Amino acid sequence: MTFFILRRVGLGIAILFVVALMLFSLMHMIPGDPAVVALGARSTPEMRLAFHEMMGLDRPFYEQLGLFIGRLSVGDLGEDVWSRRPVLTMIAEVMPHTITLALASFAWAVALGVALGCLAVLYRGRWPDWLIGLLSIGFVAVPSFVVSLYTLLLFAVTLNWLPAIGAGEMSDPLGYLKALILPSFAIGLGWVGYVSRIVRAAMIEAMNEPYVRTLQSFGVGQRRVVLRYALRQSMLSVLSVIAIGFGGLLTGSVFAEIVFSRPGLGKMTYDAVITRNFPVVMGTVMVTAALYIACMICADILAALLDPRVKRALQ
Amino acid sequence: MSEAVSNMHVASGFNQRRSLRIARTLRQIHSTPLGAIGVVLVTLIVLVAALAPWIAPYSPTAISVTERLAGPSAAHWLGTDQLGRDLFTRVILGTRTAMTVALVSLTAALAAAIPLGLIAGYGPRWLDGLLVLVFDSLSSLPMIMFGLAIVVLLGPGVSTVILVIVAYSVPSYARLVRAQTLSLKARDFIRAEQVMNASSLRILFVHLLPNVVGPLLILACLDLSTVITLEAGLSFLGLGVKPQVPSWGNILSDGFSVIRNTPVPVLVGSIPIVLATIGFTFFGEALRDALDPKLATEKSA
Repeated sequence: MTFFILRRVGLGIAILFVVALMLFSLMHMIPGDPAVVALGARSTPEMRLAFHEMMGLDRPFYEQLGLFIGRLSVGDLGEDVWSRRPVLTMIAEVMPHTITLALASFAWAVALGVALGCLAVLYRGRWPDWLIGLLSIGFVAVPSFVVSLYTLLLFAVTLNWLPAIGAGEMSDPLGYLKALILPSFAIGLGWVGYVSRIVRAAMIEAMNEPYVRTLQSFGVGQRRVVLRYALRQSMLSVLSVIAIGFGGLLTGSVFAEIVFSRPGLGKMTYDAVITRNFPVVMGTVMVTAALYIACMICADILAALLDPRVKRALQ
Repeated sequence: MSEAVSNMHVASGFNQRRSLRIARTLRQIHSTPLGAIGVVLVTLIVLVAALAPWIAPYSPTAISVTERLAGPSAAHWLGTDQLGRDLFTRVILGTRTAMTVALVSLTAALAAAIPLGLIAGYGPRWLDGLLVLVFDSLSSLPMIMFGLAIVVLLGPGVSTVILVIVAYSVPSYARLVRAQTLSLKARDFIRAEQVMNASSLRILFVHLLPNVVGPLLILACLDLSTVITLEAGLSFLGLGVKPQVPSWGNILSDGFSVIRNTPVPVLVGSIPIVLATIGFTFFGEALRDALDPKLATEKSA
């Protein structure tokens, strides 16, 4: 098991290295001064000079790469070319907002997804099952930025029930929570579809197991079998999907944060793209990639811990 | 998902008459509500995209200052945007933009993924390991973040959007080709070719490739809605196709800036996106169910 975790972590680091290498080479492959490529034609000579120094652009390619990887490995993501602040500090500042948003989206996805999945199993083969199946695929298909716009339009602009802009202040929990409802719903809705489909499939599988037949033969009611026994078994598959889905939630957060002008990793990346602040974009991409990989590893470990069969397969 | 698709092809066998199979598949797709809705929406979108210039009543860039942000009327069925451009025209021509970008980028992705997957599956092990590492790296990036990084370096535009979509699609296609190649490589008909001294190129392109194309097309079909989402999403952020080009994402982007005045442009820009993503997803799912007997029996059980 330890060996398995170590190997996964090693592979994760290798992947991060390849990602950094790809972005780095892309910057150099484009003809012209890399500083102009990264910062745009409107950047000032001072900014370009600072960027040259930071990246060591006057040295040979392999030295630059060594310098860059060396800085990355100690967690130095460089500086914002406009404000000269360390990128890591900026990311650490907005990270809590994005993490809260992702967790709230999970809450929506699990609450609605499990409820719909249970309903589908209870009414299996009848029209509610059919409708939930169709809706679930629909939820997965519709892009999160469209859902963001619809919720903004309906609840914030037309009905004016919830705030449309910003994240509120942490010191005002109720206001913060209110600002969280719409964006997290918009991101979570796509996952509602996934979760409900997985819950349904896993529960149906569980219903065919001998122990469920035993329960039924003892006269335990269908509702009780579904909600008490089959649901428990299906939560296993939900857990692993959710851990894997974290990366998808981060993607959704980019759009939700922009539509609702929330501070966060996605908004910061977008603002940096608009102002051509390459070090910031590079930093956020590396951090999200690292998060994404970490979630994948956690999902695998979780699956191994919860299911002895997976554990045996890994050894 | 890709595993299910790859199992399917091996399971369904290769000796059935092709035309018979296509006819049966179409019937099966039509027989489910999912597939029926998918087929109708996909047909509608493809027709609109093909006939767009003849359907559109106005020029997509014709500006009319006096008719800015007009609501739906007889002259402008879906109203106008903040520059007075006819929204119906822009939606219709936007369909063509979305389909063109999707087709070009999926073709480019397939063209890159097939040789890469074949090499990974058939070539030396070190090369396989290296390629798999690159595929894993690309797919461990949240795509929109990687897209934003590419946009910073290359600047916004159609070619950047296509590059982002290719970078997103290549890993999953190449992995499927690789898995398929690996499983076929050990089979007798390939062994026989090797014994008869056939060149690697001949084995790859004459014997392996035809067996890979089917599952690959299903995967590409399931991917279409993601591809449409990526293009529309980047354009919505103002980082996709140029602002004057009619595209669903651009209509949304313009509409978002006036969302407090009127909801019409946002609704007009988003409904085609919803219909297209749902249509292609339903169609793709129905196609997979129809071609994958294993999955289909699980569903009806």
